[in-house]
Amino acid sequence: MNPFSYSRVADPGEAVHTLAGKPQGKFLGGGTNLIDLMKMGVETPNELVDINRLPLTQIEELPDKGVRIGALARNSDVAEHELIKTRYPVLSLALLSGASPQLRNMATVGGNLLQRTRCYYFYDPAFPACNKRKPGSGCGALDGYNRIHAILGQSDQCIATHPSDMCVALAALDAVVRVRGPKGEREISFGNFHRLPGNTPERDTNLAPDELIVSVDLPAISFAARSHYLKVRDRASYAFALVSVAAALDLDSNKVKAARVALGGVAHKPWRAHKVETEINGKSADENTFRAAAEAELAAAKGYKYNSFKIELAKRAIVCALSTVAAMA
Amino acid sequence: MIGPNLLSAVSVEGVERKSTAGPTSDLVNVNLKINGTAYSLDVDPRVTLLDALRERLHLTGSKKGCDHGQCGACTVLINGRRINSCLTLAVMHEGDEITTIEGLANGDELHPVQAAFIEHDGFQCGYCTPGQICSAVALLKENHANSDDEIREWMSGNICRCGAYPNILAAIKEAKTKTT
Ligand SMILES: Cc1cc2nc3c(=O)[nH]c(=O)nc-3n(C[C@H](O)[C@H](O)[C@H](O)COP(=O)(O)OP(=O)(O)OC[C@H]3O[C@@H](n4cnc5c(N)ncnc54)[C@H](O)[C@@H]3O)c2cc1C
Ligand code: FES
Ligand code: FES
Repeated sequence: MNPFSYSRVADPGEAVHTLAGKPQGKFLGGGTNLIDLMKMGVETPNELVDINRLPLTQIEELPDKGVRIGALARNSDVAEHELIKTRYPVLSLALLSGASPQLRNMATVGGNLLQRTRCYYFYDPAFPACNKRKPGSGCGALDGYNRIHAILGQSDQCIATHPSDMCVALAALDAVVRVRGPKGEREISFGNFHRLPGNTPERDTNLAPDELIVSVDLPAISFAARSHYLKVRDRASYAFALVSVAAALDLDSNKVKAARVALGGVAHKPWRAHKVETEINGKSADENTFRAAAEAELAAAKGYKYNSFKIELAKRAIVCALSTVAAMA
Repeated sequence: MIGPNLLSAVSVEGVERKSTAGPTSDLVNVNLKINGTAYSLDVDPRVTLLDALRERLHLTGSKKGCDHGQCGACTVLINGRRINSCLTLAVMHEGDEITTIEGLANGDELHPVQAAFIEHDGFQCGYCTPGQICSAVALLKENHANSDDEIREWMSGNICRCGAYPNILAAIKEAKTKTT
């Protein structure tokens, strides 16, 4: 691990001030991704600002009945919070499907948003080619072992996927990320937070290096209480998603009044399935409707040597998740 | 028992030799409360809590399996919550109360989870066991041991290479009847 200087900060203003104008420095949350990547030599910050003592662990109702989750709230505490379990079960389930109880006790909401891809070629610097790690070096996955890679929204520069489960639920819920930088606070809508790779795969998000995530705000969505998270993976637990689906439905008898659907494991960012949502709107909530919508969403999908199975898997996962939600009381 | 002063005088060379770069980071002082004893250490900020426990304080009960959060052998309790000590830095734990496998027994009296692991042969080689036991102690407190499937899911962060899972499950079920 490269040497770095370490400091602890007590309030958000101090945190932002400490890292202002230092693109080589990083905030340290739970450390479960950053320290791992520093051990691998993928991340090499020269300064760490430990934000674990910031008073940003709240999970509280907002005046408009939405919920604000502080950036330092631990994944386990968010998952088990009454407000989240009752109003946004999809978020609670997504969190509980991720990592392990130990890791969820450490991982913060802010860190989860910024966790980096699990692409083997990115994670191990022994592989020479990775445009995300080393811009211009090529993509080892394109013609390599690409079983866990993207089928939607990829570019010829990068086919990595975003590994977070939590973020798939947040995408479906239209969350807003509140951030604070040297110039003050701003809000980033969830759809604009993570990026597609294009020609700049080294940039995962639209957050500036000196900006601190302070909270994630969930809007009030009455029907989000009727929601589900389906995760398909190689092991029953403690494994990243091959494909996952976050889904919420508003039904009028058996007709879809509104839907929220997002996919994980398929793209460089949590993939909001707008086509599914539009396709099923106003139709009867049954398997035929769901299958047709899934076909529409995946029409543009492109597979590679080892991951083409994900296209059919994603379709079936969409049908399964929506059927589960439709069957809920 | 070796006192804290003697322990903090122990060399950290074993920890630092692993780093690839020439220059070292400035040492940082950190106060840790481990199994009820207070320690004041000057550590390189790169030192993980696991390495500080094992290499500095010679509390070698916590094991290093993967060093990447993937196996749970390094599980310890921080302020009562289970975490992986390999993915956290020692300096991040100023003032925290840390419990390792060495701190679970009450004198010669084993913790009910330790006793149940022996009773049910919850191990073969024993390498994963300190992590399994620390994890199980937290699991019982979290109230996530209400069915076999719930125990399996909430213990999934602890891998056992020997495959002692059926006996680990039995041990946890028995310990639950004794602790709750
Ligand atoms: C073995 C293993 C299995 C896992 N399995 C899963 C899984 O199945 N599903 C899943 O979703 N995740 C999984 N994870 C990933 C885990 O969820 C992330 O590592 C975790 O959420 C990161 O949070 P953290 O607080 O530890 O972040 P850190 O490691 O502290 O930080 C990550 C990044 O975020 C930055 N950062 C942190 N907080 C802020 C902030 N407030 N503002 C600005 N920048 C910030 C840091 O500078 C760093 O760049 C797994 C991890 C491991 C090790
Ligand atoms: S050594 Fe920490 S999880 Fe494997
Ligand atoms: S007893 Fe050998 S690894 Fe679990």
